[in-house]
Amino acid sequence: MKEIRLIEVKENILSDNKAKANELRDRLRSTGTFMLNLMSSPGSGKTSLILRTIEAMKDEFRLGIIEADIESIVDSEKVASRGIKVVQLRTGGFCHLDATMVSEGLDALGPQNLDLVIIENVGNLVCPAEFDTGATKNAMILSIPEGDDKPLKYPLMFTVCDVLVVNKIDAMGIFVFDINAFKKRVHTLNQNIDILMTSCKTGEGIDGWVGWIRKELKGVLNPPEKKPKRRHAGAPQKRN
Amino acid sequence: MHELPIVKSIFDICVKHATANKAKKILSVTLKVGEVSDLQDQWIQRYFDYLSKGTIVEGAKLVIKRVPLVMRCKLCSESFQVNVNERRQVECPRCKGTKLAYVSGREYIVENLEIV
Repeated sequence: MKEIRLIEVKENILSDNKAKANELRDRLRSTGTFMLNLMSSPGSGKTSLILRTIEAMKDEFRLGIIEADIESIVDSEKVASRGIKVVQLRTGGFCHLDATMVSEGLDALGPQNLDLVIIENVGNLVCPAEFDTGATKNAMILSIPEGDDKPLKYPLMFTVCDVLVVNKIDAMGIFVFDINAFKKRVHTLNQNIDILMTSCKTGEGIDGWVGWIRKELKGVLNPPEKKPKRRHAGAPQKRN
Repeated sequence: MHELPIVKSIFDICVKHATANKAKKILSVTLKVGEVSDLQDQWIQRYFDYLSKGTIVEGAKLVIKRVPLVMRCKLCSESFQVNVNERRQVECPRCKGTKLAYVSGREYIVENLEIV
């Protein structure tokens, strides 16, 4: 009988995706593009928040949107109607986006001409949290009707995000939602997460959200680690 | 549902190493999976069997070793094991700090292969 051999492998199962995601982040750095991965349950307001963001930022920044859905193109039609570059990725049954899919979406958008790219991930609080998309930062939405217990049920999602938007705050009186208990649960999982409150319906809190993106964009457009370039005399260049 | 792409990745790693080592067959695959992962053992094996049909990996048994969740306090540097089910109220047992970092528990690693 042939001898049984034991081969040491010690290879990270998700290393391919991680490598691809890091490659993507390098590429975004080189084009000075900030890419945000927006995740949430279905129906919590991802598309509405994107439309609000477009409204507030389109005159000042060059925007692109990557939409992901298992089926249908309704979200991308809404975005395109606002005159914004949008790519629709149909995941063909997959419940999340990975770095390869996002890379293809980014190719189609042409990141060299964009300041801000928002990925609308598949509506799902489980799988998207496992896969690094290559985005600069991760954001999630939790809407009031979903309840304040979600950090207990989907801890990984709250762990991987840099910012959490609590949406539909206009419905706060209708649902039982203990905001203080909620924030405490979130901060136990992730001390560094920023928590913002919005209503995409009334527009309340959108300024705070846009301010958060603006702050992040500033870090990408003027990276702190690099020495500032000597500016030529004359009028400041306008971004087109 | 995200088990399938993860298992595909395990399968690809197995084929790569088995081919490089001129294996006739893979008998077992040992995985190290962090306790934080919600992957279910029986689903990993089912998807794995599905993907490996007709390949040198077919029939390989998956041995899944769970890695405990260990956290380290950012204030006093104490490391301690955490029961995954009690993770919601975690604090440092030494200084009661709540600023914590992951030490282990989120692994997804193909540890080794048994081949003939």
